[in-house]
Amino acid sequence: MNALAARRRHPAAIAVLLMLGLFLTGAAYAAVAPEPADATTRALPAQSVEEGKALFRANCASCHGLNAEGRATGQGDKIAGPPLAGVGAAAVDFQVGTGRMPMTQPGVQAAASDEVQFTPEQIDHLGAYIASLAPGPAVPSEEAVDPTQGDPALGGEIFRVNCAMCHNFAGSGGALTRGKYAPSLKGVTPTHIYEAMQTGPQSMPVFNDSNITPENKRDVIAFLTTIDEQENPGGMTLGSLGPVTEGLFAWVFGLGILVGCAVWLGSKAA
Amino acid sequence: MTTTSTPRPADALRDGDSAYQAPPSAAARKVGGLAGWVDDRTGAAKPVGYLMKKVFPDHWSFMLGEIAMYSMIICLITGTFLTFWYVPSAGLTVYDGSYVPLRGVEMSEAYASTLHISFDIKGGLMIRQIHHWAALMFTVAVVVHMFRVFFTGAFRKPREINWVIGSVLALLSIIEGFAGYSLPDDLLSGTGIRAMAGFVQTAPVIGSYLVYGIFGGPFPGEMIIPRLYSVHILLLPAILVGLFTVHIALVALQKHTQFPGPGRTNDNVVGYPVMPVYAAKAGGFFFIVFGVLALISALVQINPIWGYGPYDPSPVTAGSQPDWYMGFADGALRLLPGWLEFNLWGEYTLSLNIALGALVLLPLVYIVLGAYPFVERFVTKDEREHHLLDRPRNNPVRTGIGMAGITAYTVFMFAAGNDIMAIKLGLSINDITWFFRIGLFVLPPIVFWVTKRTCLALQRRDREQVLHGRESGTIIRTPDGRFFERHEAELPEDQWILVQHEAVRPFEIAATADEHGVARPAARSDRVRSAMSRFYFADAVNPVTPAELAAAHHHGHEAEAIEGPTPAGEIESSSRDDALARRLE
Repeated sequence: MNALAARRRHPAAIAVLLMLGLFLTGAAYAAVAPEPADATTRALPAQSVEEGKALFRANCASCHGLNAEGRATGQGDKIAGPPLAGVGAAAVDFQVGTGRMPMTQPGVQAAASDEVQFTPEQIDHLGAYIASLAPGPAVPSEEAVDPTQGDPALGGEIFRVNCAMCHNFAGSGGALTRGKYAPSLKGVTPTHIYEAMQTGPQSMPVFNDSNITPENKRDVIAFLTTIDEQENPGGMTLGSLGPVTEGLFAWVFGLGILVGCAVWLGSKAA
Repeated sequence: MTTTSTPRPADALRDGDSAYQAPPSAAARKVGGLAGWVDDRTGAAKPVGYLMKKVFPDHWSFMLGEIAMYSMIICLITGTFLTFWYVPSAGLTVYDGSYVPLRGVEMSEAYASTLHISFDIKGGLMIRQIHHWAALMFTVAVVVHMFRVFFTGAFRKPREINWVIGSVLALLSIIEGFAGYSLPDDLLSGTGIRAMAGFVQTAPVIGSYLVYGIFGGPFPGEMIIPRLYSVHILLLPAILVGLFTVHIALVALQKHTQFPGPGRTNDNVVGYPVMPVYAAKAGGFFFIVFGVLALISALVQINPIWGYGPYDPSPVTAGSQPDWYMGFADGALRLLPGWLEFNLWGEYTLSLNIALGALVLLPLVYIVLGAYPFVERFVTKDEREHHLLDRPRNNPVRTGIGMAGITAYTVFMFAAGNDIMAIKLGLSINDITWFFRIGLFVLPPIVFWVTKRTCLALQRRDREQVLHGRESGTIIRTPDGRFFERHEAELPEDQWILVQHEAVRPFEIAATADEHGVARPAARSDRVRSAMSRFYFADAVNPVTPAELAAAHHHGHEAEAIEGPTPAGEIESSSRDDALARRLE
């Protein structure tokens, strides 16, 4: 205790105390923070178009119109929500299943959210309703998105040619114009990746089956799963965002540590 | 071979001679053994002894250049290791190494060998990461070392040449960095080369010919990687090491500058000799730098070339940026508006929107840097040698100019990261770009003004401290119930630092008139110089003079007569002030 007391006026004491405080607060928060409920039971598609329609009218119609015909805002060519006939159950599963829809408020882009508003059955009902309006892509089968059946090397090539310009080489995401962005692909489920390629949500182009065949889509999923799961041979990735974060690290931590050493050495007079 | 000599008649004259035995040199007598043996053959004892006894002043900021030096040495060592396996060839091959997500992919031998170094050579990835981190640290340290030299005025006579050499070194270091960045032939470095080809093409008239020359044909060709390799491992390192040797020899020759302090003058150097103190410190610092870089490289990934995949002209990845030191040029390209591209006579394209950022800005930055000492000398017409450093506050305008320059550079550099900022801060990339476009013109003057006013305020505070001492925090209550705070004078050695610098005033053109009394206009250069001198020194705050100090004492005693009787401590410190005043006189 004496040793501790003797050090309490050490210049580093305040920094150590701050770090300790931040660490403890963070640890305490992580311990008590509520876990999102995990819905694992997924009923087979009930084809309950009626049920889906009721859900749609209650939750989606204010922007997409009562019959999913889309709605204009009346301000220029801005729309509140696009018409949904023909987007298919895949689009519904992607938009609602990733928490993008329903949007809490209009914005440049619907952001993925951890808080999915509907249960898997409800999403299936909604999808069945939308699919009943006009034919569109269906939710892919388990086999179609199974990463173990894809070729990650080929998928990597397809990814770099078609996806990396927006989503970045490691799927870390990238910027688009006026606040829009290509989101990070880390932790996105294979089904959602497939659906996104097939339906082209928001600013993303549609990669239909003749652009990228279903097998190639599976290869892309295999590639993304591989780089998601592999350990990083080089150490901390700094977000896999390219040289910007590396430069920032060199300036802040590299220079910071070395100047700290220089100050320490400079104060050690002979 | 044997030597035989024919007897000659005059030999008798040398009968009594004995063969001349050279006495051992002073060093040989002193240390004997191996050192003596070496000295007898090289005469090295004298210069080495001179170097060992050389005195260097001590300050942490003097080690910033050392960080650069050591990082460069680390780059040389690790780079040599990398050349053992790297194959500088654009030849096509199919990868079959141990990195699964690239197996069976067609790629260049350069990229395959870099993957081989990263995954199949023991310690290869570690060495590659040390090489890259050390390169980033080298360029960072060079820049920060320049900050130190600039803000302390260490570039003044006689060190202007060394400043220019340093500027050239800084420019070469970033070109060297770019050449290395381009070698792995992954998607990122290939994109960099593609961009470079575009930049060169924007050179008016000669652009396309230059590109054909550099690439040995149309982009990408097979020549660029071997050529960049020669430049990266042979040409530029040779020039860098050569210039660096001159740089450091000039430091030894001109002696290191030192911060002002008691006993430190323009004619001496106060510090420790190289042997043993500096050798231990500097040698130890090398290992600290190497250790820190090795630690960073072991923990933090840099340039994951396996993630980028092989270069192919069709794809490009989001977040394609150069390493930070080329960021300012990339940022300029992101800020330049598209309407700067002109079509002349319907036939010739003049891409100023690219050329200004890529071809003009890069050399311009380093030319402005290299020229600054000469601009300041033109203003001050100062012909004296300066071995004592300026405290940055004591030259507010120079410090302001430096900060404004850093601000402009930083705006350019940050603009290169506008896309990363957009996704990480949730902002619109268009808004960020406009912020920087406006900021480029608005921020430097604001920073100049704020810095200058801060320096002037600090100088006034220094004056205040000399004249009235520092606040002791001790409140004295007089017998009749009044309160005042006791001020304590600084120790003379501390005060000296606050008053040692020279008083300055702007250069005025003397009114000249010819013999008829008609005013003669001053020479143009004099008028320019006078205007610049006013800009530099018009509102200078000069150090306390001995007379002012003496006056302050009288004033101080009067004030105390109003406030209450002089406490004992005040008298004591006053006598210290008197001692200082005498010394100043």
